[in-house]
Amino acid sequence: MQIPHLLVHEHKDNVGVVVVEGLTAGTRMLCVVTADNSSFELVAKADVPIGHKVALTDLKAGDTAIKYGEDIGRFVADVEKGGHVHVHNLKTKRW
Amino acid sequence: MASKYSNLTFKGYRRDNGRVGVRNHVVILPVDDISNAACEAVGNNIKGTLALPHAYGRLQFGADLDLHFRTMIGTGSNPNVAAVVVIGIEPGWTKKIVDGIAETGKPVAGFSIEQNGDLKTIMDASRKAKEFVHYATELQREECSISELWVSTKCGESDTTTGLGSCPTVGNMYDKLLPEGIYGCFGETSEITGAEHIAKARAINPEVGERWYKMWKAYQDEVIEAHKTDDLSESQPTKGNIEGGLTTIEEKALGNLEKIGRTSKYIDILEPAETPKSGNGLYFMDSSSAAAECVTLMAAGGYVIHTFPTGQGNVIGNPIVPVIKISANPRTVRTMGEHIDLDVSGILRREMTIDEAGDALIDMIVRTANGRNTAAEALGHREFVMTKLYRSA
Repeated sequence: MQIPHLLVHEHKDNVGVVVVEGLTAGTRMLCVVTADNSSFELVAKADVPIGHKVALTDLKAGDTAIKYGEDIGRFVADVEKGGHVHVHNLKTKRW
Repeated sequence: MASKYSNLTFKGYRRDNGRVGVRNHVVILPVDDISNAACEAVGNNIKGTLALPHAYGRLQFGADLDLHFRTMIGTGSNPNVAAVVVIGIEPGWTKKIVDGIAETGKPVAGFSIEQNGDLKTIMDASRKAKEFVHYATELQREECSISELWVSTKCGESDTTTGLGSCPTVGNMYDKLLPEGIYGCFGETSEITGAEHIAKARAINPEVGERWYKMWKAYQDEVIEAHKTDDLSESQPTKGNIEGGLTTIEEKALGNLEKIGRTSKYIDILEPAETPKSGNGLYFMDSSSAAAECVTLMAAGGYVIHTFPTGQGNVIGNPIVPVIKISANPRTVRTMGEHIDLDVSGILRREMTIDEAGDALIDMIVRTANGRNTAAEALGHREFVMTKLYRSA
């Protein structure tokens, strides 16, 4: 199996994790859902460091981020499919 | 039911109280901060001893003082410790700690500094420490069943790779070894925030789940809500977590909980540094998520090996308990590999399954129990950090 660029925990998730170093914008990423090893492709829209998240669909401010099939916080800015998701556009719903 | 793990054995030190240790330290234990100098002098005089300096022990009271004694007595009682010299400024609290450790049946002696001075105390304590070194170095390892191991866990400098790789590796190990009769322990109360509904449901029964939830809620209300000045950004998650791609506490908590696997359930809740009393199985210890504090508390609870998943590369160790570092982050394995005992980055490349990683961790646990020094031991990481509940009187 080819080495994936992006791993997604569950099919319900709307973000995935970059698992290779030096990912650049425009890369056609091989994405694997770890729950069942199914795969799909997605084009990265930004340079994203290893460990950081990418949006799997177009997301709007106010939407809930889903990872592990669970709520991990609220988007505070729009992010396009393939865009970088982190502290600039996602915040905790706690504290 | 016998599994392929049932016949695993390791060579450990069987103590008088029946517990089994995987190390054989002679500890020089200060009751209080001002006895550190005498303890370090004894540690320097007598080779093969280990002084454990720390910052507290004066004018503490109430639950904070109880925790101090529990941590001191628990550390001395840990089966990885063969014998203990205790030094305090005065004889009363010194004796309390000596008596607590003596219940294990291991050799322990106390010395106090008032009306003796440091120099006489150091001489008397050094003579006793030398006796203890001769005693400890004649003890032999003997074959023990895997079921006699107590293995704790806590992750640190987590990132998104810990939730994908190193934490599920620990979870897989627990799913395989808890049925064999080991004692397990996880904790990090604040770091379950966002996954508390899942943690509550992983109790052995609803009564334990309710007690767990009450404990978690009390920390939220009495500590975080009472003291926070912002949304805890850069504290929980930490700056390092954020660098590694974790954005929110919810995301961090869900990755953290991967450490208890798919099938394991916790059977009881422990106070910080409390020794389990409900038999073998998995426990939750009410504890800080700061690595050195948490591992010190779990060691005081009696755990003899610690499994530590890390993403960005937390370098923590403990003076009496071997801390096994597991990382799935290929950059961390490449840039700071000297800190990593088990590389599971193959999980991210889909070259290694969680099941294979769990087996590799079990193998590393057995090797560590047999005497292999961990990366943290070889690099001299001996972080011994007391948890303080509030200001002293």
